Amino acid sequence: MTDAAWETLSNQAVAACGVVYFLALLAYLVEWSALRKVPVTADAAVATDGSDGGVALATGGDGVDEDTARRTALFGRLGLLLTMLAVAIQFVALVARGMAADPNRVPWGNMYEFTLAGTFVVAALFLAMYRKLSLAWMAPIVVGLVLVLLMVAVIWLYDPVAPLTEALYSPWLVIHVVSAIIATGAFTLGGICSALYLIKERSKRKPTGYLARVPEPAVLDRVSYRLHAFGFPVWTFAVLITGPIWAHQAWSTYWNWDPKEVWAFITWVVYAAYLHARSTAGWKGRNAALLALLGLATLWFNFIGINFFSSTSQHSYAAPAVQVVDVPASGLSTR
Amino acid sequence: MAAERRPGELTLTEMLRWGWRQLTSMRTALILLLLLALAAIPGSVIPQSGVDSLKTSRWQEAHPKLTPIYEKVGLFSVYDSPWFSAIYILLMVSLIGCIIPRTFHYWKGIRAAPPKAPRNLSRLPDHATYETKDGVDDVHDDAFALLKKRGYRVVSGPDGAVSAERGYLREVGNLLFHLSVIVVLVGFAVGSLFGYKGGVILVVGNGFSNNLTQYDDFVPGSLFQPDDMEPFSFDIGSFDVNWLTSGPRKGMAQGFESHLTYQETPISEAKKYDLKVNHPLSIGDTEVFLIGHGYAPVITIRDGNGDVAYSGPTIFLPTDQTFTSFGVVKAPDARPKQIGLEGGFYPTYAFTQKTGPFSVFGNAVNPAISMLVYTGDLGMDGGSSQSVYELDKANAELVKKDDGSMFRVDLQPGQTAKLPDGLGTVSFDGVERWNKIQISRTPGKFVALAGVVLALIGLLGSLFIRSRRIWVRARREGDGTLVEVAALERSGGGDVSVVLADVVAALRAASPSPGEKEKS
Repeated sequence: MTDAAWETLSNQAVAACGVVYFLALLAYLVEWSALRKVPVTADAAVATDGSDGGVALATGGDGVDEDTARRTALFGRLGLLLTMLAVAIQFVALVARGMAADPNRVPWGNMYEFTLAGTFVVAALFLAMYRKLSLAWMAPIVVGLVLVLLMVAVIWLYDPVAPLTEALYSPWLVIHVVSAIIATGAFTLGGICSALYLIKERSKRKPTGYLARVPEPAVLDRVSYRLHAFGFPVWTFAVLITGPIWAHQAWSTYWNWDPKEVWAFITWVVYAAYLHARSTAGWKGRNAALLALLGLATLWFNFIGINFFSSTSQHSYAAPAVQVVDVPASGLSTR
Repeated sequence: MAAERRPGELTLTEMLRWGWRQLTSMRTALILLLLLALAAIPGSVIPQSGVDSLKTSRWQEAHPKLTPIYEKVGLFSVYDSPWFSAIYILLMVSLIGCIIPRTFHYWKGIRAAPPKAPRNLSRLPDHATYETKDGVDDVHDDAFALLKKRGYRVVSGPDGAVSAERGYLREVGNLLFHLSVIVVLVGFAVGSLFGYKGGVILVVGNGFSNNLTQYDDFVPGSLFQPDDMEPFSFDIGSFDVNWLTSGPRKGMAQGFESHLTYQETPISEAKKYDLKVNHPLSIGDTEVFLIGHGYAPVITIRDGNGDVAYSGPTIFLPTDQTFTSFGVVKAPDARPKQIGLEGGFYPTYAFTQKTGPFSVFGNAVNPAISMLVYTGDLGMDGGSSQSVYELDKANAELVKKDDGSMFRVDLQPGQTAKLPDGLGTVSFDGVERWNKIQISRTPGKFVALAGVVLALIGLLGSLFIRSRRIWVRARREGDGTLVEVAALERSGGGDVSVVLADVVAALRAASPSPGEKEKS
């Protein structure tokens, strides 16, 4: 296959997985709207915390007609299957994107590719943790979020496949960026849990509809912690180990207070504060969840804000190809 | 004068102790952490003189009113400013104050036996009971063996009840993490105190030897000693670059490679190294990086008397991706009047009426210079230093054609232009290339790296080693035995009820007896 054919394949696969994510979202919406007719029983509340994963599976029984029960179960499974399919197609899109470049490379050389890879990790991580953390309740949110981000990527961030600037040709591109992407995915999922924790905690008295089937705040808090506890060491590895090593090789200074570095550090500090807050009286629960969301905000700002608004960042690979170079130091367009 | 103590009044020692307790509390540490994050923000928004001095000075010129205020609060060097330092020093003190007492505490804790079973196990949030026909001692023995096998530290209490604990390394990881943070900061401090960073622009073919006079810019750490500089030298023999002529990044340069010959000391033998981006040359503790390149047109100026007033490659600074470059040539010795040139170099020259001269491509396919000529006093006799990239035009006048129209020196290699008024001639003899070389010495970098790696290991330990306690107590009840099992998760995030159910199931499997019934 030629590079152009790979690129076409990648673009088509992105479109296809977008459609499949959308269908998955529809299936989940049907499932959840059908569930509105089913009263939330104690059984159901336990089931969302249970190990079989399905939200609807434990409903049924007293007073609920068989049809509704079957329908919710069916659409829940359909949504899950479609999500898996979409993730598989997205994987194809990523591989094709890497194959389309000359020389072949990892598909995270610009913002479009980073978003593609990041959403893939969010969706894949969700599927991987689906059973372990009983994440069925999260499905519509995750699929919706991934879909929106994919649209943003295609509409605003799209870049044709292009060779990278010199400084990006390094094994550290693989290690540094892949760890940043994985951590971003885990923090995003953790942030969803924390956001729902806050919502659920506020409407504790008598939640209805969707919220009634979201796990108890204590469970949400624990799931959120586990996702963050996974993301934090990976982020540490990306930002404080591989980042400095690569920066030292490419730019001669392992820590240069570049805006991207500063914000990655800020994110690190905020999540460190979150982990501490969880075990500090007066901070656990609500404040910790707020810190987790603050961390997520700094994380995303670092990705989007710094790339678009900061002209001094050496990381702004989203910048247009023509850059005005002020100093002789910048002839190599590593910046 | 014995002052009477009013309620709530503190002596100095009490005050200090109170302050120390406040500082080393978790809440203060949290607030300091968040303050550190907050304080780091301005440095990412306002240009920092330590990061990009040119950008900073431009910003300062553009904001004459804000600049003095910003300067006063150190917003142009946030990360060296007193208030930023204050936050992280307080954080460090807080950290150390937190760690030292905890080290002793955990040192004892690590070697301690599991605590004896609480009197009433069913008071614990996670507990289970079941009945069995087995004897009390049998149950205790089974539990002891089972928990031992599962990696718990197990002891038997005076009443026979089994206490088990695991995850002792969790706190070790926690301590390791916090100690490593200090190691990282020490490494970082050593690097910024004793290290240096400097840059030099060298025309290809020229050499460099490592001493202060040879640098164009040099940023030493505050405790840096020039004697620490390693006495190496190198020559740039040639420089390769590969220009992309097709595809979406057409015009981009790739594959930069400087072919160096270097000597580690003046008496050591010469070695070769191909210097590339991401592949610095290490000489001892010092590293040499290739971080930029550009063009140096070779220009010769002959004055009105026909004498050579200036000749040589002149470094022009690129202004965009097509390597349209800007530079000046100064000939202060030209007679009858000094001559200065200012203008552009275009590697692939093109011209339209609308845009004027421009470059369509970065490679020197059709190089040309287009420069304005100034004459008069270039301000170089006063002795004050001047940038080689700027022309002082305060006392110099722009040279025009005899009819008063615009005069430009537009030349291709090999061409010569005659200046009006018998000032002399300008020749464009050819094009050479230059490399920007960055040289830095960062002692302590491996200390910092080791610190971060240890911190990560500690972090993994403190996040993923589960610390929990399990107690099992059996007692005779009627003609059976009632077994109580309780579990306590000491680290957040785990779901201890699963562990409890698992242990209970394993215990019951160990002593299958008929007629048992379960309670919970």
